[in-house]
This record gives sequence, C-alpha cells and structure tokens, in this order.
Amino acid sequence: MKLCTFLACALLILANAAMAKEAVPMAADVAVEKRMIEISEELRCLVCQNESLAASHAELAEDLRREVRKLIGEGKTDKEILDFMVARYGDFVRYRPPVKPTTWLLWGGPFLLLAGGVAALIAFLRRRVKEEAAPVLSEDEHRRAAALLDQSNS
Amino acid sequence: MKQRFLIPLAAFFVLLVFLAIGLTRDPRDVPSPLKDKPAPAFTLPQLAVVDTSFSPADMKGKVWLLNVWSSWCVSCRAEHPLLVAFAKESQLPIVGLSYKEVRGDSDINAGKLSPDDELKLTRQRANAWLAQRGNPYSVVALDMDGRVGIDYGVYGVPETYVIDKAGMIRMKHTGPITPDSLKNQIMPKVAELSK
Repeated sequence: MKLCTFLACALLILANAAMAKEAVPMAADVAVEKRMIEISEELRCLVCQNESLAASHAELAEDLRREVRKLIGEGKTDKEILDFMVARYGDFVRYRPPVKPTTWLLWGGPFLLLAGGVAALIAFLRRRVKEEAAPVLSEDEHRRAAALLDQSNS
Repeated sequence: MKQRFLIPLAAFFVLLVFLAIGLTRDPRDVPSPLKDKPAPAFTLPQLAVVDTSFSPADMKGKVWLLNVWSSWCVSCRAEHPLLVAFAKESQLPIVGLSYKEVRGDSDINAGKLSPDDELKLTRQRANAWLAQRGNPYSVVALDMDGRVGIDYGVYGVPETYVIDKAGMIRMKHTGPITPDSLKNQIMPKVAELSK
C-alpha cells in the first residue's frame, strides 16, 4: 500500500514536472503573441483591405503574422518591424500613415473642412446680425407708409 | 439673391465629380514602394532543371518581366493565354515566380508534407499546368513558402514586375495583364527601358 502511494505521488510529481517544462516556452510564446497582435493591429491586411493584419484570416495575413513573429524572435523593435512592412507594401499597410507631403491632405483634410465650415458659419451669422440691425423701413418708406395710413384714416 | 441657392447644387456636382473619379480607380491597385528600387535578391530552385537555382542577378543587362503565378489562381488562368501569345512574338524574357503552388491551395494540407515531397508536388503541379496551357517563361523559380513574394510585396497573384538592365524594378502591375495594359502600360515601359 505504501509503495502504491509512493508510486502515485512520484507519478504526480513527474507529471507536474513534465507540465511545468512545457509551460515555460508557452509563457514566452504568449509574450511574443501579444506583441505580434499589438503590431499587426497597426497593419492593414492587403487582401481584405478593411481588416487589420491581426484580425484577417487571409493566407497572406497568416504568412505576414508568421513573419512578424520571426522578426520579434530576431529581437527587432516595433519600429523596425513596421518599417519592414512599409518597405514592401507601402504606407498603405499602416492604419496610421506617417505625416509627409503626400499624406498632408489626408491628415489635414478634415481640419481644412472644419475651418471651411466655421468660416461659412461666421459669414452667415455676421450677415444675419447686419440684416437684423438694419432698419426694416427706410425714412422714405416711413413717410410713404404714414401718408397711406393718413389717407385711410381720413 | 436667388443664385445663393445654387451654391449647394454646385457643391453637390463637385462632390459628384469626385465620386465619379473615385469609381474609376481600383482600390486593389496599391502603389508599390519598390518602384525604382533594386529588385530584392533571392535564390530559388528552378522548375525545369532539377538542382539548379535562379537568382535575379542572372538577368543583369536585360530588361525582363517577373510574373508571379500559381496554378490555383483563377486570374492567372485568364492571363496565361495572353502571356503565351506575347512570348511567341516577343524577345522579352519572362521569368515566372511560382507562388505557394502547394501551400496556397486550400485543398491540400501542406503542413503534412515533407519539404522534399512539397518540392516534388510543386514541380509536378506547375509542370502539368504549363504543359496543358503553354509555357511563356524562360525560367520559372519556385517560391514554395511565399517568402520571396513577401519581399516583393506580392499581395495577390497574378502580379507582374518590369525590371530594367540594372536590376531595378520600374513598374508593378497588379492583377491579370489585359491586352490593353500590355499594349498601353507594359510595352511602352519596356521600350523605354530597352533603349
């Protein structure tokens, strides 16, 4: 009986040890996986253009995720990995393209539209204020109106 | 004063013009950052001759086309007869890059194949396809895992690159070549580079 307990315990310990051994690379993988997902969320999948590389099921996306994992393994920084992708697929792969002459309109466009809208609003309000301030009838019209009223009263 | 109400109408027409222009553009045609950059180097096994490899450096001094294709790619099937006809009448070397011939085919579980078996199956499938439809290629290089494809920024087969005598990529054509794109885009570029 004692031997049985001992064997069971030994088995349990061994099993634990075996599991623990496997868990180590798993933990490292989780860190790599997390970084890979963080990076690929910044990248567009070129096959299904409205999906991120992290979310896409396209085969190319799988290949590129594998590539990102490999680059992480090689100790590359996030910027180096993004540059790797941009060098091959262009700024279009980035959801946040860099600010440069060709993307000025892209980044500034919304603000340009906003400025235009605000300018139009100001112009509209100013004109309304002016129209309200202006007398409804000119002096000449006043006189004519008075004359007409006199006429009907008499 | 009535003209003021024409302003929204005019703005609408301007918008309409922009949208109409937008409709004629292909969102899949992403400009390649590799244009006017050296064609990325690689060394890959050749299809025709076992135990020989192909490298873009072999083409130094020539203007050539690199055509990325695959037997599972439907658009390649549409493009192929045009390439075959073109190769017959032109001296321009067309190099084929067989892209993920086995791995790209979702019907095959490529993970189960050994590298040797994958190479064998790639050769078998690519050769069968070319035997059936004609072979426009002077050389075919086998990119089995698509790694070279990534270096060239391939995101959908077929894609075609025009590479000059110095080994620089001068043009990238995404999607199947059409008689129109061959005549009006690729050939003028080739003529300009061959001078």
